[in-house]
Amino acid sequence: MNERNNNMQTEAKAQVEQISDGNGGQVTALRFSGDMSSNSRDAVLGSYEHASKGHPVLLDFSKVDYINSSGIALVIQMMMEAAKSGQKVAVFGLTPHFEKVFTMVGITKYASLYRDQATAVASFR
Amino acid sequence: MVKTKGTAVEVRLPSRLGFEKVAMGTAESVARLMGFPAERIEDLKTAIAEACINAIEHGNKLNEQLSVGVMLCASDDQLEIKIVDNGGGISKQPAKPDIDRKMHGEEDPRGMGMFLIQALVDEAEWVKGTKGDASYVRLVIRLDKETE
Repeated sequence: MNERNNNMQTEAKAQVEQISDGNGGQVTALRFSGDMSSNSRDAVLGSYEHASKGHPVLLDFSKVDYINSSGIALVIQMMMEAAKSGQKVAVFGLTPHFEKVFTMVGITKYASLYRDQATAVASFR
Repeated sequence: MVKTKGTAVEVRLPSRLGFEKVAMGTAESVARLMGFPAERIEDLKTAIAEACINAIEHGNKLNEQLSVGVMLCASDDQLEIKIVDNGGGISKQPAKPDIDRKMHGEEDPRGMGMFLIQALVDEAEWVKGTKGDASYVRLVIRLDKETE
């Protein structure tokens, strides 16, 4: 059973991983799951805070069930921090609908969207 | 396909974040019965979620004693949804979000809900309540709109 809080939302979680870019470099992957909403501050900003600032950042949304504008705002805040650190950001695992939504709000100007991890990681090489 | 013409469905939500998902599920069910394509149903779900969140947060100010009304009315060619709260309504539309300003800290990273609503449905209208409450947003999604 999914862990739920009393707001009926599946709690957002993030797993931080260091993965290879396949070319001798490292990529920091933030793998999100659950609902991305106003309750996701720790998952989004907290996980980034603990991640290495020396590598590009890969955002994995393949296990995210629901994203609202408050969740997108947290992603933008995380991207602001990454930009300050000079880190490139790539995104994969969004549904076609949320690819459209991310494009509508302009996120694609600062982070490219990819369908799968391999293509996203290759973009960092 | 189930006959839906003239069908009205009403749901009342507590003013608690997360319950917008009940409205999303209800709208999805009605839209499926009407024969909307999956892509348009996803648009509708996001628009309804954002409208309900606004009603919960800004209209009813998270007061759980107040509820948000969601009325869905199906006709031959469109689905109309009204989301009603106890607030005074909005005075003016916020500016279109500007990602450059957001990324440079010159604009609140939030504030994209109304923009998304307008972008995802065929009609969106915000109506102030006549006595300073019972304001609503009216959304329309048309069955014959071609998917992009």
